[in-house]
Amino acid sequence: MNVAPQAARAQSMNPPSGSPESGDRKRPHVTIRGLSKRFGSTVIYDNFDLDLPRGELISVFGPNGCGKSTLINMIAGLIQPDAGQILFDGMRLDEIKFGYVFQNYREALFPWLTAFDNIAYPLQIMKVSARDCVSRTEKLVDHLGVKLDLKLYPYQMSGGQQQLVSILRALVVEPEILFLDEPFSALDYEMTLFMREQLQRIFMETGTTTVLVSHDLEEAVYLADRVLLLSRHPARVADFTPVPAKRPRTDATLSDLDFVRIKAHCLEIFQREVRRA
Amino acid sequence: MKADSLEGFLPLVGIAGLLAIWSFTTWQGWVDPVLLPSPLSTFQALWKGMDGGPLGFDFVKTVYRTAASTAIATVIAIPLGIVLGSAEWLYRSLEFVIDFFRSTPASAMFPLFLVLFGVGDETKISVAAFGAALVILFNVAYGVMNARKTRLLAAKVMGASQLRVLFDVMLRESLPQTFVGLRNGVSLALVIIVVAEMFIGSQDGLGHSVFEAQQLFDMPRMYAAIFAAGALGYGLNLLFLLIERRFVHWSGK
Repeated sequence: MNVAPQAARAQSMNPPSGSPESGDRKRPHVTIRGLSKRFGSTVIYDNFDLDLPRGELISVFGPNGCGKSTLINMIAGLIQPDAGQILFDGMRLDEIKFGYVFQNYREALFPWLTAFDNIAYPLQIMKVSARDCVSRTEKLVDHLGVKLDLKLYPYQMSGGQQQLVSILRALVVEPEILFLDEPFSALDYEMTLFMREQLQRIFMETGTTTVLVSHDLEEAVYLADRVLLLSRHPARVADFTPVPAKRPRTDATLSDLDFVRIKAHCLEIFQREVRRA
Repeated sequence: MKADSLEGFLPLVGIAGLLAIWSFTTWQGWVDPVLLPSPLSTFQALWKGMDGGPLGFDFVKTVYRTAASTAIATVIAIPLGIVLGSAEWLYRSLEFVIDFFRSTPASAMFPLFLVLFGVGDETKISVAAFGAALVILFNVAYGVMNARKTRLLAAKVMGASQLRVLFDVMLRESLPQTFVGLRNGVSLALVIIVVAEMFIGSQDGLGHSVFEAQQLFDMPRMYAAIFAAGALGYGLNLLFLLIERRFVHWSGK
């Protein structure tokens, strides 16, 4: 990480607010300060600041090419930022446990391992003993009530089942934060609806801070506690809309007046940003 | 259901057709029996030769040489291919040399290897190993280089070290392509061995058997040796396919 030198500067820019007793819930989980990234001559992020709240599901939505995926890839360490600092409870990425789910489950899972061994793989990397690997994987699957034949290989499963295995693989390490990069966009509509329910259930069970990049506004609002709306690049926070609807949300939520109002609000901001050429 | 159960027999149609045309041709006497003996006398020669006769001995010799050269090629080419494939700059700098020798007919190397190893088995085996090794090397390196980026990234994001990424992901990713190389390599090795047995002072082997039968105008025996060589080539390919299906079950899926 070449962002360490910025640590001191960012710290002084942003003195910790509130006493430590103000509770975990109130303190932001992820703090992003002065984030900058360019690809060639295109500036994607320029001195970008953002706080992500703890224990919430945050959807990231915005115009095409605005850097939605770049943002979570920088937070998850897949892309190096040019400048800036990203801290998790004041810790660096390599000091925390996190999970990442790719859009392309077909290429992200290991076809030579069974679904079960795929899920257990991150534990092996962490040098967890073989017996604990098995018991922790079984515990996770039982806990989430997943109905899958885990003895199958990924290529013997449907797309949705494979992506569910990917999500379980990301969750098995008990991550503090979970990233999903357009996880359902390679699935057909029926499977997408099913997977939204699965993700909502998993989120309600675990309460893990979750950052979801989505290209479907309805999905983004339906799943989120807050929708992060980004502007065209260089990206700014156009709005950080809270979605207070109770969980579990159902099909009825989609036609709920408050929900429809929030969605319309997000759409308005989105279109304003798209038109701002 | 009926069509399904019949489908398995379709390959037999080609065999039956070939045998029918062949029998008819020899029965009608359209071709001089010295050039084309009847199927019956050919298969009698094949049976007699393989059942404790000299053909069986030659067959074993050719199997041994092909297996030895493929084994040597594999042991050298797979680790080398992994090294080259995982350092792309290294492969790019050696690509021309590998491609050049891969394109050079291995048979053109016989005189050189004769000088190096003399007229024994070493020459035949080492030329065949040389040809097969380049084919395997090329495929292994490409298999490693073309490992899916997302899969490597997935392992990295889970905290896998470089070494674990190499062994847990790159190696497995390269296996389907490695088997393509092995199947091509063993076929090439067999071709080189049979040619070497014909012309490089050989006393045994299928190539020698074909050549000697032709010299003696013992046509049934010559055809029998050709069939034995064909069966060997087909069998080796099938063997590698079965091994691949067993150990690289995800290939092509």
